[in-house]
Amino acid sequence: MAPSLEEPVQVDLNAPLKAAPKLVAPEPEHCPGPESEQAGVADNCAGCPNQKICAAAPKGPDPDIPVITERLASVRHKILVLSGKGGVGKSTFSTMLSHAFASNPSLTVGLMDTDICGPSIPKMMGVEEETIHVSAEGWEPVWVSENLGVMSVQFMLPGRDDAVIWRGAKKNGLIKKFLMEVRWGDMDVLVVDTPPGTSDEHLSVNSFLKSSGVNGAVLVSTPQEVSLLDVRKEIDFCRKAKIPILGIVENMSGFVCPGCKHESQIFRASTGGAKRLAADEKIPFLGAVPLDPRIGMACDFGESFLDAYPESPACKAIRHVVRRVAEEIGMQGDVLEGEE
Amino acid sequence: MPLENIRHIVLVLSGKGGVGKSSITTQLALALSLQGKSVGVLDIDLTGPSIPRFFGIEESRVKQAPGGWIPVEVHREQTLPRARQANGDASTQTSEVNGSTQDQEQGTHIGALSCMSLGFILPNRGDAVIWRGPKKTAMVRQFLTDVLWPELDFLLVDTPPGTSDEHISLLETLLKTTAHTSQLAGAVVVTTPQAIAISDVKKELNFCAKTGVRVLGVVENMAGFVCPNCSECCNVFSKGGGEVMARDFAVPFLGSVPIDPAFVMLVEEGVRPRYPKGTVVGGTALVEREEGGEDREGLLVDKYRECSLAPVFEGFVGRLVGDIEGRDGA
Repeated sequence: MAPSLEEPVQVDLNAPLKAAPKLVAPEPEHCPGPESEQAGVADNCAGCPNQKICAAAPKGPDPDIPVITERLASVRHKILVLSGKGGVGKSTFSTMLSHAFASNPSLTVGLMDTDICGPSIPKMMGVEEETIHVSAEGWEPVWVSENLGVMSVQFMLPGRDDAVIWRGAKKNGLIKKFLMEVRWGDMDVLVVDTPPGTSDEHLSVNSFLKSSGVNGAVLVSTPQEVSLLDVRKEIDFCRKAKIPILGIVENMSGFVCPGCKHESQIFRASTGGAKRLAADEKIPFLGAVPLDPRIGMACDFGESFLDAYPESPACKAIRHVVRRVAEEIGMQGDVLEGEE
Repeated sequence: MPLENIRHIVLVLSGKGGVGKSSITTQLALALSLQGKSVGVLDIDLTGPSIPRFFGIEESRVKQAPGGWIPVEVHREQTLPRARQANGDASTQTSEVNGSTQDQEQGTHIGALSCMSLGFILPNRGDAVIWRGPKKTAMVRQFLTDVLWPELDFLLVDTPPGTSDEHISLLETLLKTTAHTSQLAGAVVVTTPQAIAISDVKKELNFCAKTGVRVLGVVENMAGFVCPNCSECCNVFSKGGGEVMARDFAVPFLGSVPIDPAFVMLVEEGVRPRYPKGTVVGGTALVEREEGGEDREGLLVDKYRECSLAPVFEGFVGRLVGDIEGRDGA
């Protein structure tokens, strides 16, 4: 069979949400998706063992959506941290953002890790060994401090190094549980950390949170074109999925040699970096955070870099970015009060 | 079967994103090619394909032929003129240091190199590929069954981070279609030295153990950065974690790769790598930075020979080829 060179067809982002029916066989290659309008009736469905199940599935919207909306009604601001590229510092930035907000004792902050195959948040927060407590009211997040709660798949794994070898549908199920079952409670900010790419996790987070309202997404990039290339795709995704973009942060921009104070561009911004991309795409540029080896060290030891080195240039840059994020989501006053 | 032209398949895996899977894949491919092997690179990172950018062939498009797709050619099998050496061309009076004159006459025989990536099919480089699992599965399968590879000694498969749809589909298809066990040679696992990356990569090693894929070796990328101003080596992302992990899991450790801004320049802008006077890596002096403009001429593989990382990868590839072909004979 000669393959076609057709432009790849995208997932229908506007399809109404439905509960995925329980299937008897794995979804076949050209499956329109058990949630789609055409489930069970499309041409590709002929001969599929799931056809009857899909065709008979209720076609209304997912009944779980109102439950999620109800759960999250008491969460005032929801921020997604996205990047098309891996390893640019999404999780690092998510932890910094949470720590910075939580440094204000009057705010309650939640951090949800939707990276199912490579969860790093628990380690960065120093709560790797914790497990989830289940009460009658739901799952209790792991509290890092008085006002900072974390949820991640890592808390559910029997062994620390166990691989989570799951296909998309199963990952979606867990993300839904995180939103439905977890007692986030009365919260000022919920930061949602995501895996790299534009696939199942992102589509699910977006569709589950749509009705409860997301403030927007913060995009993280490093200065090289290889990374910006993927971030451009993420911008395209946000536009298609109608997620507001709060702005873009450039991470690892410039490295100051601890020996001679000479600044090197390890990840060279040959095409103008994130600032230029932000200008081209007409989205706010939130700031640049320099590469500081101590940030990585602090993450490895599960400490807050902001508390450990409050005087470092990187810390000041991060505070600046957090203030800009707070402005963008319309939080009143100086959220980092009592500092500087 | 479309994979029957291929002698060995090597996967490049990592649980963590951004540790340099594509960069390592690129350099392994170039190093293999420099040893005269014919190499193919298959990029199954569907939502963030970087291979076209790394090889500087973003504008290329896949051609369709009866029965399948023709991969994009990076360079043909050919003989390159002898590589420039630090003391050779820059200052002629020391030419005797370069050793035997035979090498100078012969040049280097390089094998053909071609690539396949979703990036070659997208109409616009900024377009997002927003796909759920089943579509990704279908695409990975199609990449494995419908690409008309030429005769290849090695096919390197660059993967996205994680242990999900792409990986499951890749291994399902490969385990089903590869005829003999030595065809699916195994996986090179990439990590960076920080504990955060290591903890994700450990998951990937467990994935390999569960699926029965042999781990050919662990590469620790971004281990140290040599300041171009004062030549002091600074461990930006700490050091040594990869080796310890490899020992814990009883898999071979291939070595550490430092950050080389000249390699980034080579990939990003196609500039021939040049180093400050007197930079010596692993006993070989590198080509000095000269006054005047930057040289962008020549094939990527030709320019790569002058990069400080080339000898490092030559070593890796030597070990890999020895290991893989050694098992062939047995």
